[in-house]
Amino acid sequence: MLRQIEGSRAVAETVALCRPEVVCAYPISPQTHIIEAVGAMVKAGTLAPCEFINVESEFAAMSVSIGASAAGARAYTATASQGLLFMLEAVYNASGLGLPIVMTLANRAIGAPINIWNDHSDAMAARDTGWIQLFAETNQEAADLHVQAFRLAEELSVPVMVCMDGFILTHAVEGVDLMTQDEVDSFLPPYEPRQVLDPDDPVSIGAMVGPEAFEEVRYLAHLRQLDALALIPSIADSFAVLTGRDSGGLVHPYRTDDAEVIVVALGSVLGTIKDAVDARRAQGERLGVLGITTFRPFPRDAVRDALAGASRVVVVEKAFSLGGEGVVLTDVAMALAGRDVALHNVIAGLGGRPITQGAIDSMLGRASTGDLGRLTFLDLDESAVSRERSRIAAARRTGPSAENVLYDRATQGSRVAQEQS
Amino acid sequence: MTKRPVRFYQVGSFAVGNRLLADDQRTVQSDPNRTNSIDSGHRACQGCGEALGARYALDAAMRAAGGRVVTVNATGCLEVFSTPYPETSWRVPWLHSLFGNAPAVATGVAAALRVKGREDVRVVGQAGDGGTVDIGFGTLSGMFERNDDVLFICYDNEGYMNTGVQRSAATPPAARTATTDAVGPEPGNVFGQGKDLPRIAMAHDIAYVATATVADLHDLEQKVEHAMTLRGARYIHILVPCPLGWGSASSDTIRVARLAKESGLFPVFEAENGRVTSVSPIRRRARVEEYLRLQRRYAHLFGAHPRPDIVARLQDIADENIARYGLVNDETEDVPALEDVKEMVH
Repeated sequence: MLRQIEGSRAVAETVALCRPEVVCAYPISPQTHIIEAVGAMVKAGTLAPCEFINVESEFAAMSVSIGASAAGARAYTATASQGLLFMLEAVYNASGLGLPIVMTLANRAIGAPINIWNDHSDAMAARDTGWIQLFAETNQEAADLHVQAFRLAEELSVPVMVCMDGFILTHAVEGVDLMTQDEVDSFLPPYEPRQVLDPDDPVSIGAMVGPEAFEEVRYLAHLRQLDALALIPSIADSFAVLTGRDSGGLVHPYRTDDAEVIVVALGSVLGTIKDAVDARRAQGERLGVLGITTFRPFPRDAVRDALAGASRVVVVEKAFSLGGEGVVLTDVAMALAGRDVALHNVIAGLGGRPITQGAIDSMLGRASTGDLGRLTFLDLDESAVSRERSRIAAARRTGPSAENVLYDRATQGSRVAQEQS
Repeated sequence: MTKRPVRFYQVGSFAVGNRLLADDQRTVQSDPNRTNSIDSGHRACQGCGEALGARYALDAAMRAAGGRVVTVNATGCLEVFSTPYPETSWRVPWLHSLFGNAPAVATGVAAALRVKGREDVRVVGQAGDGGTVDIGFGTLSGMFERNDDVLFICYDNEGYMNTGVQRSAATPPAARTATTDAVGPEPGNVFGQGKDLPRIAMAHDIAYVATATVADLHDLEQKVEHAMTLRGARYIHILVPCPLGWGSASSDTIRVARLAKESGLFPVFEAENGRVTSVSPIRRRARVEEYLRLQRRYAHLFGAHPRPDIVARLQDIADENIARYGLVNDETEDVPALEDVKEMVH
């Protein structure tokens, strides 16, 4: 049923249709609306049987999920940013134990400086946790991915993280076609755990594993990730048969067939990029877009195939490995190993800075004329950076840089406004 | 609820032969048909108090719950010595996740059992003192305040023994550990620090809080069995001497635990809904020196450069406990003379 609905609400209602049995909640912006809505459904009795537990930290949220999942319950939680980092030890543990927990990550920047707005530095920090990471482009896809995530997680005994851009998606109201209970039930069978804490059949879970077996256990986990590369498209196909929507899968190519330049990105920014590409296509440029829906496991072959015709690839991403380059770029570069292709990295939208169609368009212009460098920080105020660098060079006790830059940007801005008035 | 202690005879140990007791007063451990929740063949050190405590507590919990018990274990000695595969010592469903999250994991297990209508299956969480008073404190307090249906047991050996005997917030003053060395003017762990977890647990107004030692099997088992008759968050704090970390003889584990109680350094009591409901009075009051001298972690207080001033401060702590909990009553035998203490321990 098509409804005009907030992204968080759409996810909450879809998660409820998946019949989670234990839901843990610790509030962090911009995830709050999701867990508030699930909590209200449990309290009202419309989502039952389900235990909704208000925990004291994200570390506890993931830990309670671990206990619930190991005892055979379908477990769900949601977090963002600092919350993901605070639970990170348990995030690794959940995948190491092979527990099919599903978690929404309402993508948000990681501090310091503290910042509640969207980027992907949280998801990228959890890149190597052994969780499957799916990125939603729209709220429709965010809702749909959760249904697929539970099925994927439980078939493989691997936890799945559904990433949706904080605020941009979680707080956006738009049309979402919500599934019915019958549809979800037909797609998602009851959870049948591979391992469970049961007095009638006692097992030890989480034993000390030494050098004699650790490598094999980790390799098995890797193989499960590779299994996911095969399973994700087939789940997306089944989902398409059921709903008629192409949510999920490994990648989403857009106008790539004859494209000379292909822009690669994850999440909601794909919409803006597609608009920019459409506009330039109308001018006769051969541009395309590749959305990466499954980031972990990384679909190297699918990316390589989708980029086969491109002579220039631009990876736009909302995270950065300080001292290195973009995290997604590294994976794309490996996918393109041995191919003669110009590769560019554009870091954009850090800490929620708007990524406008204009900025993308201008960047694409530079790409088409060969003026785009290897690494670009989109819309960077280089003058503010150089002024702070000068202050640092000139004196010792220059104070906190973040506050200096804030002050600089604010006062420079008002100076410009004064000059213009 | 504590049954009146049986006092047929004593040989210095207060031990009572089970054969002299009625069947219903005999310990779980004396029952040939009891479970082996943690089975033999594990790799604990000789004289390990924690292995003993875990065995006592879990077998009692198993009997109380008709064998329907799931356990969650924090990282630590208990986890490490019990599961070097291909052997696991656990004959109960057992889950180890992390060091600091056992209470939260136990909450999750309890929630899953409740949602599945399997409330006959009971959840017991276990950790050492590090996993309880330090790194697991946040999740433990959360589990307490939500009143989750978990019995959490702390096996307190007063330090991080698994990593090589470092200080925890349960390490007593003056004790030597690898991070509170017996050097300088104030050797060993400092005074005025540390956490009294049973009292903190009581402040959560949870259904049941109790302390026990491995020296009194009857008392320990009764407390576990009573805890299993209740629902909601429950906490039992068991003192488990560590021969390795304390520098005590393997054969002295029970003796050291008893002296901790009989000196007043480790008050044994129980509380329901935030109020103390019973204490185990001291039978024969011991000087702290009698307890300290058995342990090399206090060796710097005696020997060539004795520190009677520090021993006196430890005695003050014991006396304060005795006053706070009323551990001495009319039947308590007097504290022995100091000369007699030296006689006893040498």
